[in-house]
Amino acid sequence: MSAAIPVTVRSTTRSARAVGLLRATGPAGIASAIVIAIATFVALFGPLLAPYPPNLPDLSLAWVGPAGGHLLGFDFQGRDVLSRLLAGAKTAILGPLAVVIVSVTAGTLIAVTAAWRRGVTDSVIASGLDILFAFPGILFAVLAASVFGAGLAAASIALSIAYMPYVARVLRGAALKERSQPYVAALEVQGASATSICLRHLVPNIAPLIVAQATILFGYAMVDLAAISFLGLGVQPPNPNWGVMISENQFGILQGYPLPALAAGVCIVTVVIAVNVLGERLFDQAQAAR
Amino acid sequence: MSEPAAIGMLRSAGATASAPLLEVDGLTVLLDVAGAKRAVLRDVSLTLWPGEAVGLVGESGSGKSMTARAIDRLLPRGAEVHGSIRFDGGDVGELAGADLRRYRNQVAMIFQDPRAHTNPVRRIGDFMTEALCTNLGVPSAEARRRAVNMLTQVGIENGDRRLRQYPHQMSGGMLQRIMIAAALLTEPRLLLADEPTTALDVTTQAEVMAILDGLRRDFGLAMLFITHDLELAAAICDRTVVMYAGQIVEVRASALLHGDPLHPYPAALAAARPDIAQTAHRLRAIPGRPLSAFEAPAAECAFAPRCAHASDICRAAVPDLVDLDGGTSRCARARELRGQLQEAPDG
Amino acid sequence: MAETNGAPVLEAGGLRKEFGDLVAVDDVSFRLPPGRSLAIVGESGSGKTTIARMIVGLERSTSGTITACGHDRSRPPRSTRDRRRRGREVQIVFQDPYTSLDPRQTAEATIDEVLRLHHGWPAGRRRARIAELTDLVGLDTRQSRALPRSLSGGQRQRVAIARALAAEPTVLILDESVAALDVSIQAQVLNLLADIRDETHVSYILISHDLAVVRQLTDEALVLHRGKVVERGPTARVLDDPQDPYTQRLRASVPRPGWKPRHRALPGAGEEPDAS
Repeated sequence: MSAAIPVTVRSTTRSARAVGLLRATGPAGIASAIVIAIATFVALFGPLLAPYPPNLPDLSLAWVGPAGGHLLGFDFQGRDVLSRLLAGAKTAILGPLAVVIVSVTAGTLIAVTAAWRRGVTDSVIASGLDILFAFPGILFAVLAASVFGAGLAAASIALSIAYMPYVARVLRGAALKERSQPYVAALEVQGASATSICLRHLVPNIAPLIVAQATILFGYAMVDLAAISFLGLGVQPPNPNWGVMISENQFGILQGYPLPALAAGVCIVTVVIAVNVLGERLFDQAQAAR
Repeated sequence: MSEPAAIGMLRSAGATASAPLLEVDGLTVLLDVAGAKRAVLRDVSLTLWPGEAVGLVGESGSGKSMTARAIDRLLPRGAEVHGSIRFDGGDVGELAGADLRRYRNQVAMIFQDPRAHTNPVRRIGDFMTEALCTNLGVPSAEARRRAVNMLTQVGIENGDRRLRQYPHQMSGGMLQRIMIAAALLTEPRLLLADEPTTALDVTTQAEVMAILDGLRRDFGLAMLFITHDLELAAAICDRTVVMYAGQIVEVRASALLHGDPLHPYPAALAAARPDIAQTAHRLRAIPGRPLSAFEAPAAECAFAPRCAHASDICRAAVPDLVDLDGGTSRCARARELRGQLQEAPDG
Repeated sequence: MAETNGAPVLEAGGLRKEFGDLVAVDDVSFRLPPGRSLAIVGESGSGKTTIARMIVGLERSTSGTITACGHDRSRPPRSTRDRRRRGREVQIVFQDPYTSLDPRQTAEATIDEVLRLHHGWPAGRRRARIAELTDLVGLDTRQSRALPRSLSGGQRQRVAIARALAAEPTVLILDESVAALDVSIQAQVLNLLADIRDETHVSYILISHDLAVVRQLTDEALVLHRGKVVERGPTARVLDDPQDPYTQRLRASVPRPGWKPRHRALPGAGEEPDAS
């Protein structure tokens, strides 16, 4: 098509471009970004923000509803729910973050290697990934718990290993397609090294997909870690953690005191949705811009 | 040609009946481009008589494909259409349901990329007989017989075997021939061919063109042949229509277009092409690039910025179509430039 | 640019490429003298693109030799230095303007990357050279700073040409580089290529199926059919007086004023093979 839409000259600064990109994601995208920003802030400063000690039980106050300065009432051990939510944000968010960072980095590395070399290397890697797929994440979690002892670290490692093949498989397809584009060939003919082409051209061009994967996985990791903690293999009580809070307070739902468990659930769901929405919008923007 | 010309359209030597088969009148189409409604066709008027072959030639953005799609009711959703398209006297825009299906039986279209228009998981036979069986109620055995027969006409032997094969087992040229055969099965009266040979090798192209030309004449079909190649259109079309920036700029008998054009654009286009018979020192390139309708300036000749003969009158308003010596031209200076537009010998 | 005083700048000897059972290139040899331009003509399946890819190292030949600027390049490069040197000897411009540029890079950035690859120049000198190159290919400042998505097909090809020229190659392979362009743009780019040749004395290898373009730009031509060379000679002679039946058929199939397509002898004789 020779019909060119008016030239968009790039903004000069990176931050200006970032702000522009964010604005382009629309109200939903901006709202999500705000939610994520709040969640990150709370994750970092939660324990300082908590109005009451999150780990101090007082059984006489068990299941008491919102009263006085206790906006969300008390949990099954009489601890302030709001304080526990704020303090628990750290492990609830940092855990999935670590999982995403490790699995996406490893997955990208493997996908790009397979795509660049093609042929036998690619076949071997693809088969290796297929084998890893056979193992469910929970199995890894149990294995990790038995080796390293139950806790956030073990659970995070387990999930990282479990998620990596997903990332690698999705990215491998996109990387293969990008690798066979003539502009990559042109760079090869110029004599550029494989590493520089992959880092400067291949990865940046599949970056939207990487970001999209990362945001989807964050949601899954959050839920999976909560589930693992729920099962007792992850964060151990009495440490505050949203997943643990659901587990601890689940009986309250049937007894007519749903607030503690639900509040934790809502926190999880809100963050997961925000991350997914933002990720999707960013992906759409990046695709439209190609 | 002594017939009075309606807006300068002349019947070509091949036409036989007295009423036009296809009448496009003042067709203007707007599409959503980057968030705003923009014109891709501007006031396109065209008449096709039964049995005649007309070439529609243009570069990117000229609107040639869009015109064919408008005729076949294949415009994208949200397209705003003004003007009228009449087939056999009836308004095409009003058709719906069974009428529209009947229309599609009478107007067949073949596309540039046959693979994009065939379902890879269905056999050739299924695809070819589908329209006959579903729309025309022909029993399947009879439909297959007709398909095999038509395949022979396009030069494909062993039709029975071919009907059982899948598209991926055919080469591009063969698949295109099958598309032509499939298009002709419903006995259409008009064939719209949108760059049918552009993706083919030149020897295959020659073969497919020969088949298309021969069959068209045998069946007495009218054809609108869309291409970017002036000489290709001239080879099998009696009349050529040249489009630029969504408008018709010249209508001329094909034999005359190359040697005696009425508008600077087709003249420049012919001159810009390298000559297989001699090497020129430099080609006579047209400065600038082809525009789409929505990029063209609103109140002047769309080609003026690139035209060697542009003058003030060209920039005053969009020129109207004028009849001239058996053809039509949208050049404000057409009469003035008469006889000066043909290719000068080059050194 | 490495000048080799009279010796061919590119030479292929007995090139052969097999893909499993399929022989894509069969015993192809040719020589490109300095400052001359050679066309490799053929249709799909002729092997012409495979030959181009073998010359630039994107494909490895099954057997045969390729020598550029006196250096053998029949086998893959052994070092980074080797790879870069080959990049300065032979460059290529591909057919599709829409995928031969990194969509995230402006023209200036694209050229700059190549300059940094081959030279250790300071930023100022690179900027000056970028300006020279964009000027040479006819891009203005606005276009050189734009991303590919804002450029037309013809403009993108100019960027691709500038990128190739940034390495100052002795040989430039044009792999159907004008085939995807509108006729009016094609003429501009062909004129540009002729001007570039006059100014830089680069030697072209034009891979094309378009005989008119071949005539316009090249001195010598090789005609390939199903991997074999069926005819060779000065371009004008090959086109005006083809000796080989395939070349004759090719020539006769080209539309021109007064041309009428005709059926070949019989559908059975040389009917196109199936894709499978």
